[in-house]
Amino acid sequence: MPQMGESIAEGTITRWLKKVGERVERDEPLFEISTDKVDAEIPAPAAGTLTEVRFKEGDTVAVGTVVAIIDGDGASAPAPRESTQEAPAETTTQGPETKAESTPAAPPPAQSQPDGSGQQTIAETQPPAPQQTGATQTPTPTAKAEETLTPKPLAEQTLEELRRTRSSPLVRKIAREHGIDLAQIEGTGMSGRVTKNDILSFIESGGATAQKAAPQPMPVSAPPVIAPVAPPPPVSEPTHMPAVQPVEGDRVEQMSVMRKKIAEHMILSKRTSAHVTTVYEIDMTRVARLREQHKSSFLERHGTKLTFMPFIFQAVISAIRRYPIFNAQVSGDQIIYKRDINLGMAVALDWGLIVPVIKRADELSIAGLAKVANDLAERARTKQLKPDEVQGGTFTITNPGVFGGLFGTPIINQPQVAILGVGVIEKRPKVMTNEEGDDYIAIRTMSYFALSFDHRIIDGADAERFLGHIKQVLEAGQFTI
Amino acid sequence: MATALKKEHKAERPARGGVVTFVEAIRQGIWEEMERDERVFVIGEDVGVYGGAFKVTDGLIDHFGPERVIDTPISEAAIVGAACGAALMGMRPVAEFQFIDFISCGFDMLTNFAAKCRYRWGAGIPAVFRGPCGAGVHAGPFHSQNVESFFMNTPGLKMVEPSNPYDAKGLIKAAIRDPDPVLFFEHKKLYRLPRLRQEIPEDDYIVEIGRARVAREGHDLSIITFGAQVLTALDAAEELEREGLDIEVIDLRTLLPLDKETILASVRKTSKVLILHEAPRTGGIGGEIAGLIAEEAFEWLDAPVVRVGAIDTPVPYSPPLEEYHLPQVRDVVDAARKLAAY
Repeated sequence: MPQMGESIAEGTITRWLKKVGERVERDEPLFEISTDKVDAEIPAPAAGTLTEVRFKEGDTVAVGTVVAIIDGDGASAPAPRESTQEAPAETTTQGPETKAESTPAAPPPAQSQPDGSGQQTIAETQPPAPQQTGATQTPTPTAKAEETLTPKPLAEQTLEELRRTRSSPLVRKIAREHGIDLAQIEGTGMSGRVTKNDILSFIESGGATAQKAAPQPMPVSAPPVIAPVAPPPPVSEPTHMPAVQPVEGDRVEQMSVMRKKIAEHMILSKRTSAHVTTVYEIDMTRVARLREQHKSSFLERHGTKLTFMPFIFQAVISAIRRYPIFNAQVSGDQIIYKRDINLGMAVALDWGLIVPVIKRADELSIAGLAKVANDLAERARTKQLKPDEVQGGTFTITNPGVFGGLFGTPIINQPQVAILGVGVIEKRPKVMTNEEGDDYIAIRTMSYFALSFDHRIIDGADAERFLGHIKQVLEAGQFTI
Repeated sequence: MATALKKEHKAERPARGGVVTFVEAIRQGIWEEMERDERVFVIGEDVGVYGGAFKVTDGLIDHFGPERVIDTPISEAAIVGAACGAALMGMRPVAEFQFIDFISCGFDMLTNFAAKCRYRWGAGIPAVFRGPCGAGVHAGPFHSQNVESFFMNTPGLKMVEPSNPYDAKGLIKAAIRDPDPVLFFEHKKLYRLPRLRQEIPEDDYIVEIGRARVAREGHDLSIITFGAQVLTALDAAEELEREGLDIEVIDLRTLLPLDKETILASVRKTSKVLILHEAPRTGGIGGEIAGLIAEEAFEWLDAPVVRVGAIDTPVPYSPPLEEYHLPQVRDVVDAARKLAAY
């Protein structure tokens, strides 16, 4: 049972995808689990025949428990096969006899040093179970699964295998924090070892979230599938910001995985896009009236509440159709215009933030949008979203107004190029002009709409037109319910 | 005997600050401390009339007189013993070993007496024991050693070894003002090395004992070193930079107590560590640093900790053999390259 996030101690097996006696390939989905944080498919850590299933569907099992046995067929171990025999006390290459290696006359081969005096093998220098104090001590979940499913004691692995699968304390730690199976990464180090740089670029390129059954909580937002212009280092490696030392009385809390993902994503976005925000005040009076008129009948007919959001979604969709650059993404020096309009909607949670996505929102009616949006929001709050439901967004709408905010300057959800923030919708005095040209003050339902856009590919005038169109649609209030 | 040599000129009082060599920086430091505090005095072989084997104390006797610049017989045990006694009586001795190799003759007094006085009686020994260390100048096995590891295991002592004029002056002054015994190692190759000439401030300043220095910032790999090997490390870093490797160099400056904070911060940043010292590898202080890193930064390591030091032989007299014996830039480059590719 892999660990799905740091605070998760157990998981419930919801479905076995393979039966005893069936053959499974490595990385083929083996079973599905549900935890407090996420539902996920767990891939087989090795290829072979499923010989034993120890828990049935519905069983809740502690993290780290062996749930099944795969009878390996020789291709089970994740390590490369280059070396079959035991590595005899091979040195750490930068072994003690550095001097000897630099003999001007006869430089010895880069690798092994026959002289074993005072030298240690990697196996010796890397304890099988690091007993560090303080640090989180859960073993890499996937590695754990591998170990339990295809047991091969560390002491019996060759140096190459150990380099490949154990890598280094640091890489193991990063892998654990991000729920990454090292076997999934191409290593560029010695013996194909996954180096720190390898795993960091893997994470930056979105590999961690792409890894199907990665034991991590729900992806916070769409992974940056498109290479960002300047991938920042992840927050776990603050290379410039010095560590803050707590003083007595302070409380120190480990960031949740979700918190870290949000932090990484926000920094990535700030470094990637040239953020500009423009704000319009939009008269929502007609929409409000429409909503008031249909509220009860809508609830009766569709079983869900009619909020302002479906109207705003439709206005945005109409504007995107007219100005497709707002549904685009940047890849190097190319602009990719997305075919589908998939609207992300930010949902605030007590424990963070998640952005479920309304797929092909342009194909939905007001009622359809309302249903899907309310369902996604509800399931976000009860942690029942599927990974697929938080991916693939092409434009995001956030709604700080529900808390009373007038407007914010939202951060773009990469790799998208714009995000719309809807402020509080409230009645305000408004100067109007009647047909005779006389000015008067009226009480109107108003709201500020703040659009953050990526000035790399969108200029100010485009943004004004886009938001202007949204204003026009909403103020006209011509919606079919 | 060197004291028999008569000098032609009287050495002048050193300038305050200015562009100085390593040796001049130390001389300035001692001079200023003797002016500042009359309890400070110098004691050693040929430190007076001759001005010291390497002229670190040149001119002191002319300005401060033979009572404060004391030439001694050839007995390091007596020099250390006299310094300890004077220190206990309230003086601030600066004792010189002509070559640090001979500190072993004063080993008993240093380790069993000087290091332990404060612990036994609450009476500190505010003395500095300084001298030229290090090889690379074809001085043979008795005049080339690095002795820090002999004393590393002696709580109660402090050890410093600067790598540049600024630190040398700041550290000698800090050592003289320190309330406890400080061993002060001066790599003799640095004394008059032109590339080390450096402008130092006129003001009275000290460099705090116990603080390492980031001599060069980098992200790929840390070289932890001190003394003359800082230059080796910096040269290696420059060469490796051309290969795209971004090397950090930590100049420990103080060897006892080690600046754990700076060492561990660098390890956590780069995840790969090469420890470089001029003393032989086996039993060298690199082992202590490696142990510290393994204990406190294991989870940040992305490769085994690597040590580069001299080979386990006495320092050869023959120049080519000496060069082979000592860690050279190419040794550091080779080791760092492998470590980077690990």
